[in-house]
Amino acid sequence: MIAIVDYGAGNIFSVKNALDHLGVANKLTSDAKDLVSADGIILPGVGAFPAAMEMLEKSGLVGTIREQAKVKPLLGICLGMQLLFEKSFEFRECEGLGFLKGYVDKIDDPGLIIPHMGWNKLEYNHDCPLFDGLDECYVYFVHSYKAFCGDEDLYAYCEYGSRVTAVAGDGKFVYGTQFHPEKSGAAGLKMLENFAKIVRAG
Amino acid sequence: MLAKRIIPCLDVRDGKVVKGVNFEGIKEVGDPVLCAAEYDKQGADEIVFYDITASHEGRGVILDVVRETAKKVFVPLCVGGGIATVDDIRDTLRAGADKVSVNSQAVKNPQLIKDGADIFGSQCICVGIDAKAISPGKWTVYINGGRIDMGIDLIDWVKKVEQLGAGEICLNSIDTDGVRGGFDIPMLKAVVDAVSIPVIASGGAGRLGDFADAFLKTDCSAALAASLFHFKELTVGQVKEDCRSKGIIVR
Repeated sequence: MIAIVDYGAGNIFSVKNALDHLGVANKLTSDAKDLVSADGIILPGVGAFPAAMEMLEKSGLVGTIREQAKVKPLLGICLGMQLLFEKSFEFRECEGLGFLKGYVDKIDDPGLIIPHMGWNKLEYNHDCPLFDGLDECYVYFVHSYKAFCGDEDLYAYCEYGSRVTAVAGDGKFVYGTQFHPEKSGAAGLKMLENFAKIVRAG
Repeated sequence: MLAKRIIPCLDVRDGKVVKGVNFEGIKEVGDPVLCAAEYDKQGADEIVFYDITASHEGRGVILDVVRETAKKVFVPLCVGGGIATVDDIRDTLRAGADKVSVNSQAVKNPQLIKDGADIFGSQCICVGIDAKAISPGKWTVYINGGRIDMGIDLIDWVKKVEQLGAGEICLNSIDTDGVRGGFDIPMLKAVVDAVSIPVIASGGAGRLGDFADAFLKTDCSAALAASLFHFKELTVGQVKEDCRSKGIIVR
């Protein structure tokens, strides 16, 4: 079972709909026990970083997520991915979960339309089991801030002014996608299916 | 590179897809959930439901449509029509919409844009605007489906909308809507130049080349059409093929 963390900041139903459609057992939850018993965790999120981090802290789940991310696959989506980094500068400097090295800051290349909204082409940087069976594809982004991370943790990016971190991970259990796989048509569903496979494999 | 989006719009009344010509003489054409699934198959980048019932009794119906569609279609869904309060926005997003489009109510109460953006994030607040030329290079904003001229300058309004926190603008030209002679390029260009948020072109698509035309002549991010796709005169795939052949990046 994949636990979808419900902490009040998210497009949780879209993620659930996509997993239901794929026939992947899942549960929307804000109960730490479910995160412990789950085989994998999805951390969704939309909105602003400080508000989301605050809600996550209020949910009392941060400690459990920290422990579980060491022992089972975790996928952060959109703002959920940004929360995996060390810190963000959205509105103010704010600490994140720190599972991934790097930070989140404004997309500020001159002349760009912000938010970065729409379908952008995924450029693969490193092999990652999330990409199994995928060829050239476009995925759906909506964000005004982006993650800055080292090349090693950058699994895929897209071009928008400069490079935008699209998929990042720690090489172990932690994965994050800046785009919304649950809204990225067939390619996105394939990535969620791949995540479910990673979860099943442990 | 970010792809230009092609967005089919489903005008829905009492749970059925209809399409009006210049907002009058509405014809009924089908089941919204099936239509949305078909557009998804054709490669639609996003799907808009525009609820033209927009009465209080009708609200529940459109939410059911969104709920059912969201289980089958995995591209962004936007819902417009009759959204007047923060609660309306919340209900619509909870039903499975990714964005709402606010139009008349945002003109009457601009705070709705700010409240919506503050609570749910700018990314889910699209401001729909109906505008009409009063003289070359000057347009005013209309409400209630293009029936009432508010006398507000379009360019002033789009700047205000951006400043209030809108994530996107869907710009419909009353002059070109239903006429099928192409999008309103001068209006579109003026708006795109005035703001730095994405602008969706709406109103006037009649031929295959109209979409590429909007993308080549302005920096709009997306183009929307309803009747052209409904009456199966063109598919989303054909439009994208035409854009691609002209060097425009599409998914």
